[in-house]
Amino acid sequence: MAEPMGFFTDTSVCIGCKACEVACKAWNQLPARNGGKVPLTGQSYDNTVELSGIQWRHVKFIEQFSPDRSSGRWLMMSDVCKHCVQAGCLEVCPTGAIIRTEFDTVVIQSDVCNGCRACIAACPFGVIDINPETNTAMKCTLCYDRMQAGMVPACAQACPTHSIQFGPISELRQHAEARLAQLQAQGVSQARLYGHDESILGGLNSFYLLLDEPEVYGLPSNPQLPSRNVAPSAGLSAAGAVALGVLGLVGLRKQRMDKLAAEAREQQEGDGSHAG
Amino acid sequence: MPDSFFTASPEWRWWIVFYFFVGGIAGGAFAIAALLRLFGREVDRPLSRLGYYIAFPGSIISGILLIADLKRPERFWHMLIQSETFAPAFKWWSPISVGSWGLLLFGLFSFLAFVGGLAEVGILPRGLQALVQGGLGAVVNVLGGISGFFLAGYTGVLLSTTNRPLWSDTVWLGLLFLLSGFSTGAALLILLSWRQNLPALAWLKELDTWVLGLELVVLIVLLATVGMAVLRPVLFNAWGVLLVLGVVLVGILVPGLLHYRPLLGRLTVPGAALLVLVGGFVLRVVMLLSSEAA
Repeated sequence: MAEPMGFFTDTSVCIGCKACEVACKAWNQLPARNGGKVPLTGQSYDNTVELSGIQWRHVKFIEQFSPDRSSGRWLMMSDVCKHCVQAGCLEVCPTGAIIRTEFDTVVIQSDVCNGCRACIAACPFGVIDINPETNTAMKCTLCYDRMQAGMVPACAQACPTHSIQFGPISELRQHAEARLAQLQAQGVSQARLYGHDESILGGLNSFYLLLDEPEVYGLPSNPQLPSRNVAPSAGLSAAGAVALGVLGLVGLRKQRMDKLAAEAREQQEGDGSHAG
Repeated sequence: MPDSFFTASPEWRWWIVFYFFVGGIAGGAFAIAALLRLFGREVDRPLSRLGYYIAFPGSIISGILLIADLKRPERFWHMLIQSETFAPAFKWWSPISVGSWGLLLFGLFSFLAFVGGLAEVGILPRGLQALVQGGLGAVVNVLGGISGFFLAGYTGVLLSTTNRPLWSDTVWLGLLFLLSGFSTGAALLILLSWRQNLPALAWLKELDTWVLGLELVVLIVLLATVGMAVLRPVLFNAWGVLLVLGVVLVGILVPGLLHYRPLLGRLTVPGAALLVLVGGFVLRVVMLLSSEAA
C-alpha cells in the first residue's frame, strides 16, 4: 500500500475565492446546479450553499455580524469529504461500492452503487449526496485518478493561498502542528487542529486548522461510527423476541390448562349427576 | 447542538415507511403463526394458515417497496451479489446488508409455509402439506419464525445504525419496531379472522394487549433516553402531537381499553385491531419522517 495521502486545510488563510470549487467541478466534470440558473441565497455571500452529489468542494462562509453590522468577523473553510480512517459510509455500504484505496482514501464506485443512501445517513459530516445525473451516491474522490498519475488533486492545485495542502499525512501533520504553534505564538489562542490525530474516527485524512470551536464551522465535536449502536440495539431486539415467544407460550399453556380444567369440571359434574 | 444534527438526510420517505409497516406485519404474523403451529393445537391451524397467507405476500410487497426506493432499482441485486466478482455481498455489521439477506430468507420460508398452507386446504397437492407439518414443517416454522422476528425488528436497528437525529440517539428503536410489528401482525390476524370465532382468537387478543403495554413502556423509555436536546427540535412540534395522538392514544391506549370493555358493541374486536394497525403505521411515519425533517 502506498503512503496515506490527504489534505490539510488551514482555514486561517482561506480567502473564500472558491477556486477550489471551480477546479473540482472542472476536473470531475460535475454539472452546474439547476442548469446554471442559480439564484442568490439572499442571506449570505455564499451562493453555492452546500456540499452535494454535484459539488464535492464547498467553501463555507461563516458570517458573524452584530445586528447593526458595526462589528463582526468572517470565517471561511473549504469543506470536503474527510476520508476518515474509520469511515462510517464504508462501514454500512451493503453493495461494496465504497472502497478504501491504496492511498488510504475513501472512494465510491459509481458503477456499483445502487442508490440505497445508507452512506448518506451514516456519514457524521453530511458529506455524501445523490448525483441527480447518475442517481448514485457521490462525493470527493481526493482526485483518485490524478493521484494514480502522480498529480496533485485539482482543488489543492488551484488554491492560491495554500489553504488546501496536499501530501503524505505524516508530513501534513508536521506542517499543521508548526502552523498551529505559529498562530498560538501570535496570540490566536482559539486556533486548533481538527481530525489530525486518532481521536476522531481514527484520524481524518482531510483534516483542518480551525479558528474556533468545530460546531462554529458546522463540524461535529465528537463524530462516531454508526456501528456503535448495532450490538446494544440488536441485543435489545433479540431479548424482545425471546420475551414475545415466552409470552406467547405462556398464553398458549394457560389456554390449554383452562380447557383441561373446564373439561375436568364438566366430567365431575357429569359424574355427580349420575351418582345423584 | 448534538452531533447528529451535522448530518444529511438520506431521504428515506414513503416507500420506506410502507416497507417498515408491511415488513413488520408480515414478520409479526409469521412469528405468531409459527408459535401457534409449533405449540398450539390442531384447531389453531386455520389461524396459523392465515399468518402464512399474510406473510408471503407481505414479503413480496416488502421487496418491491425496497427496490422502488433505490435510486438505481435495476441494481437491486448488488445488495446480495457483488457485481464484479459475483461473490455474496454480506456484512454482518451492516443492518442494511443483513436485512437484505433476512428479507430473502423470510421470503423463502414464508413461501414454503404459504404453499404448505394452501396444500392443507386442498388448493395445492396434499403432499405439499409436509412443508408445514411434521419434521420439515417444524424446520420451516422455526426458521421462518426467527426470520419473521428479525424482519419485524431489524428496521429499527438499521435506523439506529446511522448518524441521524433521533435514530442514532437511541438503541431502543429496534425493540420498539419489533413490538409494533408483532402487535400489528396480531391485529391484522384478528381483523381477518374475528367473524370465524376461532379458539385461538382469545389468546391472540390477550397477547396483543400485553404487547401494546410493552410497546408503550418501550416508547416512553426511548423518549426518556434520547434527551431534550434531540427531542426539542425533532418532536416538540406537529410530529410529537401525531406521536401522542396517533400512536399512544389511537394505537395503544384506546385499543387496550377496547380489549377490556366492548365499547363499540359487535365491532369492538375489529375496531381495536384497526386502531392498532393505524397506530403502527403512524409510529413508522413519525419515527422516520420527523428525523428527516430535522
